[in-house]
Amino acid sequence: MIQEITILPGRDRNGQAEKFDAITMRAGETISIVGPTGSGKTALITDIELLAQGDTSTGRYLLLNGQVPDEEMRYNPTKKPIAMITQNTKCFTDLSTVDFLTIHARARGISDPSIVRRTIDLANTFTGEMIHPEVKVTVLSGGQTRSLLIADAILIGAAPIILLDEIENAGIFKQEVVRLIQSTGKIVLFVTHDPVIALLTKHRIIMSNGSVQKVIAQNELELRAAQNLLELDQRVGDIREKLRAGHMITHVQLA
Amino acid sequence: MKLLVIAGPPSAGKTALTKQIVKNFQSQLRIAYLKIDVVKAYEDIELKKEFSILTRKVYSGDLCPDHASVMVLGDVIDWAEENKADLLIVESAGLCLRCSPYLNQGLGVVVLSSISGIHTPEKMGAMVSLADVAVVTKIDLVSQAEREVFIQKISEIHPSGIVMETNALQGTSLHRLYNLIVNSEDITPDQLMLKGSPPIGTCTICVGKKEIGWKNHFGVVKRLDGPIADYLYRGE
Ligand SMILES: Nc1ncnc2c1ncn2[C@@H]1O[C@H](COP(=O)(O)OP(=O)(O)OP(=O)(O)O)[C@@H](O)[C@H]1O
Ligand SMILES: Nc1nc2c(ncn2[C@@H]2O[C@H](COP(=O)(O)OP(=O)(O)O)[C@@H](O)[C@H]2O)c(=O)[nH]1
Ligand SMILES: [Mg+2]
Ligand SMILES: [Mg+2]
Repeated sequence: MIQEITILPGRDRNGQAEKFDAITMRAGETISIVGPTGSGKTALITDIELLAQGDTSTGRYLLLNGQVPDEEMRYNPTKKPIAMITQNTKCFTDLSTVDFLTIHARARGISDPSIVRRTIDLANTFTGEMIHPEVKVTVLSGGQTRSLLIADAILIGAAPIILLDEIENAGIFKQEVVRLIQSTGKIVLFVTHDPVIALLTKHRIIMSNGSVQKVIAQNELELRAAQNLLELDQRVGDIREKLRAGHMITHVQLA
Repeated sequence: MKLLVIAGPPSAGKTALTKQIVKNFQSQLRIAYLKIDVVKAYEDIELKKEFSILTRKVYSGDLCPDHASVMVLGDVIDWAEENKADLLIVESAGLCLRCSPYLNQGLGVVVLSSISGIHTPEKMGAMVSLADVAVVTKIDLVSQAEREVFIQKISEIHPSGIVMETNALQGTSLHRLYNLIVNSEDITPDQLMLKGSPPIGTCTICVGKKEIGWKNHFGVVKRLDGPIADYLYRGE
């Protein structure tokens, strides 16, 4: 079982050593990663996904339960304890949704055939337009692809560590997705530019120039302030759904 | 001297991978590099300029590039040994998928791009199934799920092969490949053999006759829908 994962410092873009000693994340914790575009957020979670051992451009090392992970963990998808949703919203694989998920389940060593159906059903709770099982993954929209890959990461990846890169960018139901993922007891990292997602997590990693600048723990004050923003976001979400459904917005709804 | 043969379709990332290997070993090993291509290749000039290593190229012209590689490899090994190279890297043209350029010694690596389509590994036949290692590139462009589906396909075609993935522009996660290269045995040049079997015989198409249709050709030829027994050798 994975109880914790530790990031050991590498170098920033100028080759200077990063200033932290170690960042350890434990099961059940959710962490957001924020910083300007190009600051190295994707590079950081890619290091985690690859369980880097000084062999990526940042020179970072990753430990699982305080130990150097063995080769099997790094290279064998059936043993890999990490699922990642990348920034990509396009699939190149010329397979139907069912075939794609079936092969991925096989790669992850899952034999229960109902997993495919359940994954598509879960994806359809995140997206506006339903994903049909027989449709090719290459023709799914950006938001549908994201929804499918998130559902795939939760059910088929089924890993104790989940990494998500800018899930807000696809017009999916983000508060639902975040809360669902948080309820699974996993270690969850969100790369995000969205204040709502950043405020839904208890810890924040601040990035710049390819390196970790700070790690912040959320305090009570911020937690209370965040509540207001979450409500506001819920209302914005309601308005978006109305607009999507073709309604006019009235004064009352905006007040 | 160690030998590394790199194969794979055009634009798969063979040269990008080669650069990472050279970058990793240039301070410990004397490296020689050969590029085989049909009409045009710039890799030798690029690699020489970037890393000042020994480079050569061979154009096969009208000849099949895998055929050309079999013929010139002996000379190239002599050249690399005369120049005291510790590691010879051969980048093949990667065009026709009938043959594979791997030898019974050294390490054979097939490079596949993760955006090349799910059926590509199957279509590549011996180039995949006879490789010691498959390196999947461009993983920065696809989702994790898609990478795993692609790798699963390769493992199903070639269960005993070692599959690894990389962003070849950055050289991520290649330590495992570097270890395999370091631990590969030095070659014994007079016992080098092709791993796969080359095509048999010669034919009029291979020597450049351009006319289309059955009546214009002889050699080892087969009708489009003829049964296997209709394989025949027409001519002297
Ligand atoms: N420590 C580092 N050393 C060298 N290169 C780095 C480092 N960190 C990041 N990079 C490189 O910088 C580039 C931009 O980084 P990255 O894609 O991680 O940015 P990002 O914060 O995710 O940006 P965005 O918000 O636009 O997605 C990438 O090519 C990445 O590999
Ligand atoms: N994004 C990305 N591009 C790559 C990667 N590997 C190669 N490329 C690019 O793909 C193109 C073809 O690569 P090259 O090494 O020349 O392929 P070759 O024909 O097999 O030698 C080049 O533009 C490379 O920069 C990779 O891992 N990621
Ligand atoms: Mg990014
Ligand atoms: Mg090349």
